[in-house]
Amino acid sequence: MIAFWVISIVMVASAVATVTAKKPVYSVVALLLNFAALAALYITLSAEFLAVMQIIVYSGAILMLFLFVIALLSSGVSSFNVGPDRMPKAAIPAALVIAIALGFVVYGLSNASIATPAAPSGSALGPVGSADVFGSVSDFGKALFTTHLLPFEITALILMVAVVGVVLLAGDKTPFVGTRERAREVRREMREAILREGGVQ
Amino acid sequence: MMRKRLYNIGAILQGLGITFKFMFRRQPTVPYPSVMKQHAPRFHGLHELRRYADGKERCIGCELCSSACPANAITVIGAENAPEDRRSPGERYAARYEIDELRCIFCGLCEEACPTDAIVLTPRFEMSDYRRGSFIYSKDRLLVPPEAGVGTPPDERPNGIPADLGRVAEVKSTVDIAAGYSATNRGEVLKTHRRGLAG
Amino acid sequence: MDAVMNAAPLWVVILVKSAVLLLVVVTTFAYAMLFERKILAWMQLRPGPNRVGPWGLLQPAADAAKLILKEDLTPKTADPLIYRLAPFISLLTAFSVYAIIPFGASADGSAWAIGNVNAGILFVMAIASLGIYGISLGGWASGSKFPLLGSVRSTAQMISYELSMSLSFVGVLILAGTTSLDGIVNAQQRWWFLLPQFVGFVIYVITAVAETNRTPFDLVEAETELVGGFHTEYSGLRFGLFFIAEYVNMLTVACIATLLFLGGWNAPFGLGMVPGIVWFIAKVACFMFFYIWLRGTLPRFRYDRLMAFGWKVLLPIATLNLIATAVWVAYWGK
Repeated sequence: MIAFWVISIVMVASAVATVTAKKPVYSVVALLLNFAALAALYITLSAEFLAVMQIIVYSGAILMLFLFVIALLSSGVSSFNVGPDRMPKAAIPAALVIAIALGFVVYGLSNASIATPAAPSGSALGPVGSADVFGSVSDFGKALFTTHLLPFEITALILMVAVVGVVLLAGDKTPFVGTRERAREVRREMREAILREGGVQ
Repeated sequence: MMRKRLYNIGAILQGLGITFKFMFRRQPTVPYPSVMKQHAPRFHGLHELRRYADGKERCIGCELCSSACPANAITVIGAENAPEDRRSPGERYAARYEIDELRCIFCGLCEEACPTDAIVLTPRFEMSDYRRGSFIYSKDRLLVPPEAGVGTPPDERPNGIPADLGRVAEVKSTVDIAAGYSATNRGEVLKTHRRGLAG
Repeated sequence: MDAVMNAAPLWVVILVKSAVLLLVVVTTFAYAMLFERKILAWMQLRPGPNRVGPWGLLQPAADAAKLILKEDLTPKTADPLIYRLAPFISLLTAFSVYAIIPFGASADGSAWAIGNVNAGILFVMAIASLGIYGISLGGWASGSKFPLLGSVRSTAQMISYELSMSLSFVGVLILAGTTSLDGIVNAQQRWWFLLPQFVGFVIYVITAVAETNRTPFDLVEAETELVGGFHTEYSGLRFGLFFIAEYVNMLTVACIATLLFLGGWNAPFGLGMVPGIVWFIAKVACFMFFYIWLRGTLPRFRYDRLMAFGWKVLLPIATLNLIATAVWVAYWGK
């Protein structure tokens, strides 16, 4: 319980820091802290695999790419304050919407009874050691590839669409020519040029 | 294409083999301050003013070395020998004899010019110091002390390092002095063959 | 000893274990550095460090004293907070992996590790993926060109090679049927995974060199082009922290290779009378030697070749290896 409160405070604080930080890179660092705290929260919930995946995918790959782009584009020196400040106009409606949404969630949760996972029976390897325990790797895998196969595959497809889209938008537009064909082409052009210009004098 | 790739793997393995083999080669390094490297027999190092067997100075203050010196490094001021205190056998002796070792190019022409074989070049070479002034060697440092004998005549100079300078390296895979050089009568040093890494 | 361990509260046991391990890892780092300098020197026909102590054995202490006494500079253009934070991120991630690495096993089969995590190898990957932040943030926060280029390179390189590295792990995971590190070692009692997963091992070695930014993949700190790469502006103790992190990462990678492919603390050829921890150390030392050997032999990659090699050669081979292993286990295994 203490762990929960500590982690929660860290998470909220880092989330606020992510939004309010002046420099983009500070936002990234705060978000990194947020992700780490989230992973710690997963671990207290015995979802070890999820925690590790959270770090590998979000902190290790996605956030890293954010940092990559920020470091390359802005060099991180300029703060967010440059340019017209559009925040105040959007802030009050956004805050209202979020407050209403949160209100619904709290209201719903206070009425519903949540199914809590069965407390793990004491096994030699600890609570998450064996299969058939909430959060273990094998159960996660089984659930992902049997019960939830369709959503999994659809997610994969959506990501694939994104990749194809990126290649289409940003990829190399020149048609692929093999080295041998290219060499042949160059030779032909040279021959033609020599014929046209009358050869080397 | 594929064969080229495989050839690259072979090249990497070959390279790894070479570096592995070199790990066990003998290193040519001489750990200098603790062990001296053997150098050529007629090495030109720090100067020395010699004496006769009776303790008299050989230098007669003729200034031939000074005029022979291409770097103008030598200053000699001669003086008449007083009858009651004869410094040298001749009429004159060097009242002052100074060599600026920073100007000296260690060519040995002073040695060639000297009519009495007084000034010679020893194989000593460690002259580093903190102040420029201390590179001007005067008689107190150049002259062989009376108790140390007469000094070494130029043609009987020992090969390499004097015994009091330190431990001399056993010649490993660098240049073999005994087989590698031969000195002719005219003082030329001939390199006959080299052994070691280059060979 | 066991009685004492059982009597003390858990957090004390963990604290003591961590302190001992930290000490061991730092000492090993110091001598790994000396080992590397000696081996490289011998490969280049030099004697290597030999002035401080007999055979230069006190050289690490001298280096440490030098780094501590040097001035700690912060460039004017640097971002001071992140500039100071970055070396610690590197160091933290480098050391925290050791929380779960088992170094041996007692007679009753329990592994010698601070914490036995079920998702062991995944945890290692997670921490390793965080290790880039130190380099990346440090390079960015230095506020000058070369470190920024170095950090950008490191990000691209590490993301590219992490994929193939993870895939090479998965082959082993399929064969072992578990993600816990001591489970993987126990699965290798008869055969080391080096034999059935030879392709995976080769891919792992290559990607491991790339992940730790060592020659021939040290474009991150390529001296000829980038001065010092991401740590150009760092000096004194902060540079030392990056340095420690690099070598500790090397050790980590060697430990993982030992655990996953070289049978961990299992003795080869039935030489069971030698204790397992000795075998573990010997295997790690061999791997470290191989690392240094590569550095002494191979020149640096060109950057586009590096990327092409990672994406067009390693990734397809790793994927094929994974598919072949999965098919083999599904039809003939078990």
